[in-house]
Amino acid sequence: MELEQIALTAVGCAKTYPDGTQGLKPTNLKVEPGEIMALLGPSGCGKTTLLRILAGLETTDAGGQIFFGDQEVTARPIEQRRVGMVFQHYALFPHMSVERNIEYGLKVQGVDASIRKKTVGELIDLVRLGGLEHKRPAELSGGQKQRVALARAVAAGPRVLLLDEPLTALDSKLKEALRDELAELLRRLGMTAVYVTHDQQEAMAIADRMAVMRAGEIIQVGDPEVLYRQPKHAFVANFLGRVNILRRNHSHTQEGVFVIGSSTFHVPTHLGQELLVRPEDIVIGEPQSDRVQGMILQRSFRGDHIQLRVRVSDQDPLVLDVSRDARYQQGDTVSIDISPTSFISAKES
Amino acid sequence: MNSRSPILATLTATVLLFMISPMVLSITAAFLQQYSRGLASGLTLEWVVHVFSQYGSTVYASILIATSCVIGNALIGVPCAYALARARGRWARSFEEILTLPVAVPGLATGLALILTYGEWRDFRQSYAFILVGHMVFTLPFMVRTVSAAFQRAEIASIEEAARSLGAGFMTRFLTVLVPVVLPSIVAGGLMVFTLSIGEFNLTWLLHTPLTRTLPVGLADSYASMRIEIGSAYTLMFFIVVLPLLWLLNVVANLVQKRYGT
Repeated sequence: MELEQIALTAVGCAKTYPDGTQGLKPTNLKVEPGEIMALLGPSGCGKTTLLRILAGLETTDAGGQIFFGDQEVTARPIEQRRVGMVFQHYALFPHMSVERNIEYGLKVQGVDASIRKKTVGELIDLVRLGGLEHKRPAELSGGQKQRVALARAVAAGPRVLLLDEPLTALDSKLKEALRDELAELLRRLGMTAVYVTHDQQEAMAIADRMAVMRAGEIIQVGDPEVLYRQPKHAFVANFLGRVNILRRNHSHTQEGVFVIGSSTFHVPTHLGQELLVRPEDIVIGEPQSDRVQGMILQRSFRGDHIQLRVRVSDQDPLVLDVSRDARYQQGDTVSIDISPTSFISAKES
Repeated sequence: MNSRSPILATLTATVLLFMISPMVLSITAAFLQQYSRGLASGLTLEWVVHVFSQYGSTVYASILIATSCVIGNALIGVPCAYALARARGRWARSFEEILTLPVAVPGLATGLALILTYGEWRDFRQSYAFILVGHMVFTLPFMVRTVSAAFQRAEIASIEEAARSLGAGFMTRFLTVLVPVVLPSIVAGGLMVFTLSIGEFNLTWLLHTPLTRTLPVGLADSYASMRIEIGSAYTLMFFIVVLPLLWLLNVVANLVQKRYGT
């Protein structure tokens, strides 16, 4: 199957509901050809609204524009946009077999039966549904339904693929397995795709880049690793993983240092007075005279690791992880080291 | 029955007896020479034969009207239910209110209104079509409400969006996706419409003419003007014709539910 790769661009798209609430503030987003972009954020952040505007299921407020490649599609309804869409609860046609579900888009376009059969056959192989062609959706497992939904979405040769929380309906264990499978399938299809989710793990596993959203706007766009390591906004840092908050006084901030106990770190002034550090950037060890010391307040076994809460000088207790075999116990004194490049600003900018 | 609670068992038996005896008595009466003298008067099929020959046509009329009513209300009611389910805003709600009015207003009032409006159209007034219209007005809300509730379900709304994303225009997706998906509700609504139409008396009594009589109207006629044995034979005919039909329809409805249910 030949699939196009085009860029997908939203310019100044906003959504104001009749009651005056703004579901989406004027938003710009560009998805490169062949790229998988995740829209990530908590519920109510506007990610689904943005996706539905891109799809043509919602209209943008006046002034917004949507481009598929060079073509403006703002005024077209979804029927005429040639998008493939995967829905939260699959939305398969319950009265049709797997085969007829996948074939539907082609049939609507009036494609010849022989070509339809060939395309459907290829897709069934691609998503590994061989032998299930004549089953109805009700007879399939969650993962199989998911794959039918994807095959149906791409069968008619859409220009972009839009996925609205496609793994939400699955239980967490199955979700993890299907996440990787879906990531691999999307890579193989090589289509421009937008993937909405509230699960940062899922977004990181699947997307090339992600746009983190909050309260109707995109806070930061970037590749998952950059966003995790160098978030430009405390919300992004918080949403993508756990963080500890450390505070320094005004004079230390001006001097560009962070002092904790007897240790001094060089932390630039522009990061501000409040600093964030991820648990995995904090290393503990046996007490040493030249390192800052802390006391373990709580030890909690988590299976693959142990989580510790450590009181260090006058800061809020730090949360950090150690290996599951570490022998630290509650009340032990330990030394703390923080890698100097790991400080993140807690500024909301 | 639960042997550990004799009170409940007795109560259940009493209620059952109370409900079943009128039916049994009525059916028995249909075969008695003379009801007042009981079994001593002897058994006969005369009344049953009499009823079938004199009122048999009302059975066909009733079944025909009920079937047409189901088909007509499906044709009008399903698109109407869709429009109602997708429309937001006040006018849709008020429309729903108006739609249910014929259920709340006594059938006699509806019948009178129909006669006042269409009474002058003599051919229409004297045909079964007139009764059919009355039945459709009365039963339409049951079809619309049932199917509209189905269309409003979030999963069906997203199934429609899926069809749209695949390029299906309105008519295509309505016929190939939406109607099949809500078919169990259409069948359930249709069953209700059929049942209501078959048993409808109140409205029909006002709308009927001597030449256009339905089963319940004939029943009333025979109760009023014939001997009690004939009335009872009529009840028997009603059971014989209608019960198997309703059972059959229920079986069909269950099959559809099994096959198309989501």
